[in-house]
Amino acid sequence: MKLPALLTADGLRPRVKWGRLLTPLTFLLVTLGIVILPYARTAGASSLLDIPSTLVGVPAGDDLVSTMSFLTFFGTFVAIYAILTLGLNVQWGYTGILNFGVLAFFLVGANVAAIIAKPPASGEFVEYVGGFGDALNIIPALDSSQWFPFLVGLVGAAAACGVLAFFLSIPALRLREDYLAITTIGIAELLRRITIEERWLVNGTRGLPGIPRPLSGWVEPDEYKFVIFGIVVVVLILVFIAVERGIRSPWGRVLRALREDELTTAASGKNVFAFKSQGFVLGAMIMGVGGAMYGYANSSISPDTFTHFFATFIFWAMLMVGGSGNNKGAILGAFVVWGLWNITLQLQGYDLPTAVGSRIFFIRDFVLGALIVIVLLLRPQGLMPEERRVSIWVERHARRLRGPPPSTGRADVPSD
Amino acid sequence: MAAVEATYERLLDQFRGLGDVVIGTIVWVAALSFAAWAIVAETDGPVALAWAAMFALVLGAGGLMFRYADTLRRRGDDLIVSGLWANILVFGAWAVLTRTDVFAVGVVTGSVLALGAIGLTLIYGILKFAHFAHGDSMMLAAYIAFFALTGTLVGEREDTQPLPWSLSDLPGATDRIPYPDQLGGGDFSFGYGLLIAMVLSAVAMALVFFLLDRFVYRPLRRRGSGIVIFAIASLGIAIAMRSLMLMFWASSRRLYVPGIRPTTDLPFDVRIVTDQIFIFFTAIVLAALVYVLLFRTKLGKAMRAVSDNPDLAEVSGINPEQIIRWMWLIAGALVAVAGVMLALQAQLKPELGFVLLLPLFAATILGGIGSPQGAFVGAMIVGISQEVFAGVGPDIGLSSGYKFSVAFVILILILLVRPRGLFGAKT
Amino acid sequence: MTAVLQAEGVVAGYGEVEILHGVSLVLNEGEIVSVIGPNGAGKSTLLKAVFGLLSVRSGRVQLLERDVTNLSPDRIVQSGMSYVPQVDNVFPSLTINENLEMGAFVRRDGLRERLERVYGLFPDLTDRRGERAGTLSGGERQMLALARALMLDPKVLLLDEPSASLSPIMVDSIFEKIGEINRSGTAILLVEQNAKEALSFSSRAYVLAMGENRIEGKAAALLDNEEVGKLYLGA
Repeated sequence: MKLPALLTADGLRPRVKWGRLLTPLTFLLVTLGIVILPYARTAGASSLLDIPSTLVGVPAGDDLVSTMSFLTFFGTFVAIYAILTLGLNVQWGYTGILNFGVLAFFLVGANVAAIIAKPPASGEFVEYVGGFGDALNIIPALDSSQWFPFLVGLVGAAAACGVLAFFLSIPALRLREDYLAITTIGIAELLRRITIEERWLVNGTRGLPGIPRPLSGWVEPDEYKFVIFGIVVVVLILVFIAVERGIRSPWGRVLRALREDELTTAASGKNVFAFKSQGFVLGAMIMGVGGAMYGYANSSISPDTFTHFFATFIFWAMLMVGGSGNNKGAILGAFVVWGLWNITLQLQGYDLPTAVGSRIFFIRDFVLGALIVIVLLLRPQGLMPEERRVSIWVERHARRLRGPPPSTGRADVPSD
Repeated sequence: MAAVEATYERLLDQFRGLGDVVIGTIVWVAALSFAAWAIVAETDGPVALAWAAMFALVLGAGGLMFRYADTLRRRGDDLIVSGLWANILVFGAWAVLTRTDVFAVGVVTGSVLALGAIGLTLIYGILKFAHFAHGDSMMLAAYIAFFALTGTLVGEREDTQPLPWSLSDLPGATDRIPYPDQLGGGDFSFGYGLLIAMVLSAVAMALVFFLLDRFVYRPLRRRGSGIVIFAIASLGIAIAMRSLMLMFWASSRRLYVPGIRPTTDLPFDVRIVTDQIFIFFTAIVLAALVYVLLFRTKLGKAMRAVSDNPDLAEVSGINPEQIIRWMWLIAGALVAVAGVMLALQAQLKPELGFVLLLPLFAATILGGIGSPQGAFVGAMIVGISQEVFAGVGPDIGLSSGYKFSVAFVILILILLVRPRGLFGAKT
Repeated sequence: MTAVLQAEGVVAGYGEVEILHGVSLVLNEGEIVSVIGPNGAGKSTLLKAVFGLLSVRSGRVQLLERDVTNLSPDRIVQSGMSYVPQVDNVFPSLTINENLEMGAFVRRDGLRERLERVYGLFPDLTDRRGERAGTLSGGERQMLALARALMLDPKVLLLDEPSASLSPIMVDSIFEKIGEINRSGTAILLVEQNAKEALSFSSRAYVLAMGENRIEGKAAALLDNEEVGKLYLGA
């Protein structure tokens, strides 16, 4: 069968060496999309063709404010999803555990943080356990109701996820990778079921609205979005630093060696199971933190939010696109995928032919699924390939000897 | 944390020598205790006697184990398998005798799951990867059949019929196929139109699978990708398929044949929808066909050879890629039949595809990957367990919403006890 | 003597690494020819290149007057050449009978006759024909691997270290079997680490080192050859 030049026996072959251009180009395109589309909309564009005219001239104050507002919300959730993707990166990119049940930790983190921070359950239509919010106002002098319950909530979310992951790891990590993946789906589904069926636990299908938000008492409601954005970014930075340090530590090196070659690592005396379990738990705790922040930022959660598509596979798309095994890649992936997600949302506000417009969400989902496949086929290393970093000590030493070490982008497909 | 892990490891080490035997004993004790309980619960006998009997059994089993440790060490696996079958038989007997109505429903669910599991076990056995797109493929096939039958799509806002003609326009295509009156009841709800639609869907899905292999799985194979990469790729495909279904048919539930469907009365006061008899026999026939394919035809043996060792297959003169192509074509046809039967029994709804994955995998792994008879048996067990639980659960305080988690529990148990399943070959 | 297999100046390797730098040999009708040499000499690579499992970058392979260079293995099998790999050379989940059936995959006809003939050559396999190959011992597997390769009555048989990982008794059985096969009309090209045993069964031999022809000649002569000894002990 004669095939056109683009199609070979190996599938699609990219015509141009996108290589180094791809990452900055993608970043640029998404940023442009996410800034221009909402702005043009508020500035009066009703169809895509109107956009260029709205970009000419001095932007109106109101339009700017509204766009900034949108961008802040956008940024907040990018940061939250970045945290969750970082957690997945620790589990998959560094430890090599195929977790198709991210939903479990996302859900547990969000719910635990919510029931800690919220005031006690009131009324006959609202039931949930916990509700320590008021009780945690232990330092009224420092206005602790604004920050203490949330810290406790964060810690609680991380702890709950850590404990859950630990107990799961005992039976689950001995399984072969694909069995493990199926098992994680089952666990996620079971937890989801529990939150729905056991109404006394987290209010069942009604969910938990009215989650108090950290530092909300200190600013005007209008300004709050910037505060929460700041808080989430700080948390993201802390998590990022922690993971980056961890991965360059001796512990991190064993973890990576394990992912490459389990047999040899085991032969050199390392307790493989312990390391895998620790990687799994750490990743889960990070996901818990992400879940907690999600609850705080959104101010309400409900079982509908936690669907397999939205609470597990979107993070896989983010990680694959951004580059698994690379923490910066995880963040970039979250930005790109959530950006594309929002761009489609924005597009819906414009006049589109109805055949497209009525289906825009499904087209978006289709693109997400296709994106996973395309990334695997054409650029399995993602936008930012895994960095070859050995250790902080070596880096510092090398730098002293001959200048900054090159960071080689290895075209690697983890755990292949 | 390290200390707890170390203790756990030490405990495991103690049992490692007798590992299989311990597991086998536990399985047998479970079977016997359940039997004892069933006898007591259903016949109002003295509970204390049952407990005493159980204790005696456990002690006796423990003593025997100690005495014959050496022999058992070698036959540990036999102990487990026989124990598993004992559990299945006891549970099955109890369910049939005391919960006949939900048992029948379970058989139907099991048939639908079996149809899916047979295709899944084929792909899993030959290509060695977990085909996460299987559930959504079944649903997509069902929708394609739906379109062939009714010509309905979702246009801009509502249903439209873009083609001037569809299968239901054929004379008598929707007339209900009759079912012999002597066997007790109503006709099937569908006409031959649905059967033709099913065939068309089979052709379409075979083509879809063929193309997916050509453009997605084969390039990944040539690169030497591991099973994990294939799993992730099939996941992406599952998402894409689901979006396509939503795009063209929206999320509202649909049926091949709206309205009440005729029922048939079976012995023991069981009433089922007549279609379900058709589904059950289709499942049996398909399982038999795939068994014959794999174990009695040259192509099937070549498939198993390629699954064992593709390089050696090549050396023997087999073209592995060609065999794999055939496998996907056959799998496509299987998926179409499974999907149409699924939609016939339940409904057409895009989300249903993914939900089905857990029970399908549980059935496949329980039965033993690569075994069509295992897929059938495993699916029956999962289906019956699910429905019996749904019937019994509320009595013990567990909502019937948990019934899908029953498949998960079965999966975990079989992975802990005997990962290769009931009919799986020793690796 | 008619040549049934000829390799001329074969250059082949794995990926970017070139292993064979132009190797030539001739196998005549009815002969057993050994290819020996130190580890890493490229002996197994040569067999794979001849059989089409590796791409031949330059040079030529001729089978019975036909140019079979770089033909796919299934075509080569149809042309009358068979190959027995060193390891993983049976299908463990298939029965002995099914393993043999796979050997005759490319032909539709005469399966029963072929099976009879092969079982005649390997009577020990007959009793256990319904058992899965995975349950066989190392020596039995090697026999099965040989049997599978003979299903199509090939003119040329390529054997990759048939005695590897076998007990000394089994090694003798295998070589006896190889002799039997040869006497019934199949020319054999044999790669062996066990030089002594190979040389005592072959008529001629080639010594390979570092991907090149080094020595060739009558097997008996090579047994006493000093240079051969040196090559093996390292030079």
